[in-house]
Amino acid sequence: MADLKQSLDTIETVVKTSYTCEGTSSWDCVLRSRQQGRPGAKTFIDLICDSFMELHGDRLYGDDPAMIGGIGMVGGRAITFIGNRKGANFKENVLCNYGMSNPEGYRKALRLAKQAEKFGRPVVCFIDTPGAYPGLGAEERGIGQAIAENLKVFSTLKTPVLCFIIGEGGSGGALGIGVGDKLYMLEHAVYSVITPEGFASILLRDPSKAKEAAEAMKMTSHHLKEFSVIHDIIPERSTEQTAQAIKETIIRDLDVLCNKPLDNLVRYRLKKIRGIGEVSGGKEWWQPLLEVFTKTESLR
Amino acid sequence: MPDLCPHCQKEVALDAYRICPACNHYFPLTIAQRLELIVDAGSFVEMSAEMRSRNPISLAGYEDKLKENEKKSSLNDAVTIGSCTIEGDNAIIAIMSFAFMGGSMGSVVGEKITQAMIEGALRGWPVIIFTASGGARMQEGIFSLMQMAKTASAAALLEETKTPLFLVLTNPTTGGVTASFAMLGDVILAEPGAIIGFAGPRVIEGTIREKLPEGFQRSEFQQSKGFVDALVSRDKLKQTLSFLIKTHTRKEAAHG
Repeated sequence: MADLKQSLDTIETVVKTSYTCEGTSSWDCVLRSRQQGRPGAKTFIDLICDSFMELHGDRLYGDDPAMIGGIGMVGGRAITFIGNRKGANFKENVLCNYGMSNPEGYRKALRLAKQAEKFGRPVVCFIDTPGAYPGLGAEERGIGQAIAENLKVFSTLKTPVLCFIIGEGGSGGALGIGVGDKLYMLEHAVYSVITPEGFASILLRDPSKAKEAAEAMKMTSHHLKEFSVIHDIIPERSTEQTAQAIKETIIRDLDVLCNKPLDNLVRYRLKKIRGIGEVSGGKEWWQPLLEVFTKTESLR
Repeated sequence: MPDLCPHCQKEVALDAYRICPACNHYFPLTIAQRLELIVDAGSFVEMSAEMRSRNPISLAGYEDKLKENEKKSSLNDAVTIGSCTIEGDNAIIAIMSFAFMGGSMGSVVGEKITQAMIEGALRGWPVIIFTASGGARMQEGIFSLMQMAKTASAAALLEETKTPLFLVLTNPTTGGVTASFAMLGDVILAEPGAIIGFAGPRVIEGTIREKLPEGFQRSEFQQSKGFVDALVSRDKLKQTLSFLIKTHTRKEAAHG
């Protein structure tokens, strides 16, 4: 019953925000990123791969339909794909919990990432979620622990990892499959620590100020490129053209990254993550990090 | 002067542990009070004391908010880090303060927690973190979210260097802190009765449209669900941490 109510509420939200907008203000991007019918992970996977096999389950509890995973062939190279799934219509939306994963989704992603590492396959993640599911069962099964573990393991995963924010990049739920060597955003995708609605009600104390919040939060691809949080922006054209642009990026990057020594790759990834943040009175951190590398078995 | 217990509403006299004698409610501790209970007297040497937040997304009002919190809490940000000894053993310690902007993790908290872990890995000393946080600091936008990745990747380096990481979760530990370093300890302890979880209780109630069951997201619940190793009362914390330090010292393997 609670599930049904929640679904109806979410449907209402989707319907309200489901229109095409021509402008490119932050709020326009928020609406576009959530728009029903916007191509999702599965659409891109099907357009990019010559063949794809979906793999289910976390081997611990269940299979989360809100997270898709599997192996695809792209121009002769096997790649592990992981992505949030919202579904393409109402029925699928409900089945996929509107792209909000439970712990088993993150644990499936982790299992497939480790499998990819074992067999030397690169990993490509497609991020498109309002956030991890804030439900009773998710808490009981450790949604916080599941995300934390992914952040830790992906940061030192010994295979290339490319991440694409293709729609909504919602907070920890997005970051849970968002740690990698390269991070890209589609032109109208967004990435933020909280939804503009949440930001408005908590910080501006007025939920109706979501539009203002979206501007203040600097959550668009252009802002994040300026902050050097993402590597590049992928322009949005027709679905096929956008998929082609993603595919070309994947092929170009993997041609380089797959030829790098794995320890180098991981060191570079860790350095990139270590450098994010703005403080005053901080000290030089590069030398200590290098020294720590010399104390490890695999990164020295 | 007696303190008013916010839980049982009684006026009570507190000792150094600051636990309500009437209802067992745990009062929050200042950094000085926590250090007095945990580290050997005079052994704490603070690191990066002067580090302060900037305003990375140029958010109106954030700088004033920081100043206001500095004044109110006499702290520069929501975490204090340093080296110490605990019953004679070396350790790196980090203590979060809910009193500074709800213990929220922005760039300073992320950087100092990371520094503490890197320092532990370099010296080969165990790292002990006391958490108290409402989660990521929204005022720093995407930079606060990225601190989750940064602290978790530092935890990965502790794993790679086989440096022990011990967590002590105190009330409250939620959001982005729970979904990063707080859940990555080799051993995770919690103070009794602390709220520990990812989503806030009100958010979950809003999702499921029901009142949450009694005790939901408390430390006792988290232990029963398998996410906390042990609930340790304040008066036993120092000896427990000392036991953990002594039992996590790696002996060099004999060759030959």
